[in-house]
Amino acid sequence: MSERSGSPIRAAGGDAVGLALRNRWSVPWREVPELAIERFRQRVVQGVRAGARLCLLFGVPEDDADTRIVAVLAEDHAGRLFALSTRVEFRYPALTPGCPSAHLFERELAEQCGLVPEGHPWLKPLRRHPPDHLPARRPAPEIDREAYSFARVGGGQVHEVAVGPVHAGVIEPGHFRFQAHGEEVLFLEIVLGYQHRGVERLLERSSIERAMPVAESIAGDTVIGHSETFCGAIEALGRCQKSVRAQSVRAIALEIERLANHLGDLGALAGDVAFAPAAAYFGRMRGECLNLLLELSGNRFGRGLVRPGGVGFDLEPAMAADFRRRLAGLARDADSVGELFFENESVRARLEGVGATARDACEALGFVGPAARACDVERDIRHDHPYGAFRFTQIPVSTAWAGDVAARALVRGLEIRRSLEFVAEQIAALPDGPPRQTLAPLRPDEFVVALTEGWRGEIAHAVLTDARGGIRRYKVKDPSFHNWPALALAMQANQISDFPLCNKSFNLSYAGHDL
Amino acid sequence: MLRMLLARLRQGRRTLAFPPAANPLPARFRGRPVLEGARCRAVMPPCGAERTSGTLAHAPGALPIVDLGASLFAPEEAAACPERALRFGPDYAMATRTREALRTSTGEIELAQRLAERSRRLFGRSLRLRAVSAGSCNGCEAELVALGNVVFDIARFGVQFVASPRHADGMLVTGAVSLNMRLALEKTYAAIPDPRLVIAVGSCAISGGPFRGSPEVLDGIPAGIPVDLYIPGCPPHPLTLIDGILRLLGRLESSR
Repeated sequence: MSERSGSPIRAAGGDAVGLALRNRWSVPWREVPELAIERFRQRVVQGVRAGARLCLLFGVPEDDADTRIVAVLAEDHAGRLFALSTRVEFRYPALTPGCPSAHLFERELAEQCGLVPEGHPWLKPLRRHPPDHLPARRPAPEIDREAYSFARVGGGQVHEVAVGPVHAGVIEPGHFRFQAHGEEVLFLEIVLGYQHRGVERLLERSSIERAMPVAESIAGDTVIGHSETFCGAIEALGRCQKSVRAQSVRAIALEIERLANHLGDLGALAGDVAFAPAAAYFGRMRGECLNLLLELSGNRFGRGLVRPGGVGFDLEPAMAADFRRRLAGLARDADSVGELFFENESVRARLEGVGATARDACEALGFVGPAARACDVERDIRHDHPYGAFRFTQIPVSTAWAGDVAARALVRGLEIRRSLEFVAEQIAALPDGPPRQTLAPLRPDEFVVALTEGWRGEIAHAVLTDARGGIRRYKVKDPSFHNWPALALAMQANQISDFPLCNKSFNLSYAGHDL
Repeated sequence: MLRMLLARLRQGRRTLAFPPAANPLPARFRGRPVLEGARCRAVMPPCGAERTSGTLAHAPGALPIVDLGASLFAPEEAAACPERALRFGPDYAMATRTREALRTSTGEIELAQRLAERSRRLFGRSLRLRAVSAGSCNGCEAELVALGNVVFDIARFGVQFVASPRHADGMLVTGAVSLNMRLALEKTYAAIPDPRLVIAVGSCAISGGPFRGSPEVLDGIPAGIPVDLYIPGCPPHPLTLIDGILRLLGRLESSR
């Protein structure tokens, strides 16, 4: 197969300052330009100021004592990504002061690669683990997993509330530290890392067969989203063309996963405001979506379905007919229960004006998914960087403008309707083709970025192969990585008692963040 | 109000009888693995399937072992067997009282026996559990939450999840136990009054699951915390969870 190439982006002087890529399009690693740190920093900061979004920022350890820092910027409106890199040894001038959305990325870089971003305003541990991507000639430092200094607000009447890592409900572990004045939250600091399992290292060390269940376990409520992204990256590196049928089945599964989770979230919100009927009905409907995935893949979360080269299980005509019938029933229920929920005045009174995030903050910090769309930011990978079946059938981007709990609920309500329409349309005209193609060995020394609009927002995986076609670096970014700071911001000046409601309205992944 | 009553009427009753009269799970469901040993016994030394399969353990010179506690219930694990002797059956009942009982030569296991008389009298009709998530993917937690919905409704059997370990009769653990959760898990266990039960839910809590071998996890519940019930699955189906818990409480017949 022919050699691929990206398009170098050149500055006025003619030197390459970035490499243009597309979603799931792999390019030779040597084409990603390596800039001096000052030039790199300037390009990222300027790019973000000009409207690009910092999609990824991560380190690749080299054989000596250096780390290559790679940035991937997304120009969503042009459907284009661009990659650039720099090489640093230990200390480098931080990007965060000029580009706030680099904040968590640089804390991650410091922790994973043992770097020091000088001038970073909030350099604290992110997941609390020893560096696992150190360059070859750098000794591993000792770390104290329990050491963490919390920000504190002074003043005689200010009190502190600590919650977690073990919570009251059946939820994942995380620690929340509130600085409150009476009921009012002045500041919330969220400490994560309790679910850290070393996912990236496992993906780098395992064969593709062994890595598959790990990719399915990055976030167990987003099995399809992450396995789709993993396979998208692997297929690009292995030059594998999927059949249109396989693409369609994968898109159907992704939307069923979105339906299950959005319905579940609306049910959880209804439960939190003590509106029991909607909580019960939405909860039951969520289960019916999971049962569709069970029917298709043998597992309620779709494990075993998305595989390199296509799908492990086909959606056969009899099953497709059954799905159409069941989805039509779900659509009727979604309408009637949705009306019950969204048109109930006491529900609206409880959701409106609570936990608002501003559009400015969304733009500056790079929120994704329903959290961004609820602030009137049109940002959706299915629309901006389409792949597979989404190139042929577009789903309108659903937005709201108030940025509060009600707006995040509304976006989910709209997306439920649109996903149901999309799935019905796909099933009615399922193209022919083999469910699965064989995968060729991965191309050596190539780099790919795969993006998927999971139900929480943009999932990004970046993969770099080594000289033998093995995986040299596997970077995972769950949408929650961008959105945890949104929850902390949404709580400011809100009542501490509204925390459960705000938290549910984002419903972020601890496992996806912690990796 | 009228609208709410109408919706209630339309929704009807959705709770699934337990045990169900017939297995309600679809044909592709991957339940308890079954190894037709006769077809496999000739293969010695190991065929290599054990390298891609958590379900199969196969030491040189020994018969292959089916390990439900390490199984990821992935289709590839069955497909890896060159003799097609391994398959995932339709059976959702899989819980055992010991780790050893999950390892057999055929996949036929002895299901969990009920608690000893004193514990059964204490917990049999009312069991309150504290859930601890410790290095998981949130799949098992999602199924534990599903136990509370109208379809599975585990509260009808007197089983409840409570907010504090001090209010609990036992602890239900999910996840491979990350180093960062070890202390919190140990503290939660210590806070539960005696006598207390420990239930390991999912491949991760039993064996590390897909994260086995990572330096950041303990490959399941550490030895200092004795486990009373093992519920395999990745994640276990809600029916597998209900079946296991009710067997432990002596609310189901112990035989198959």
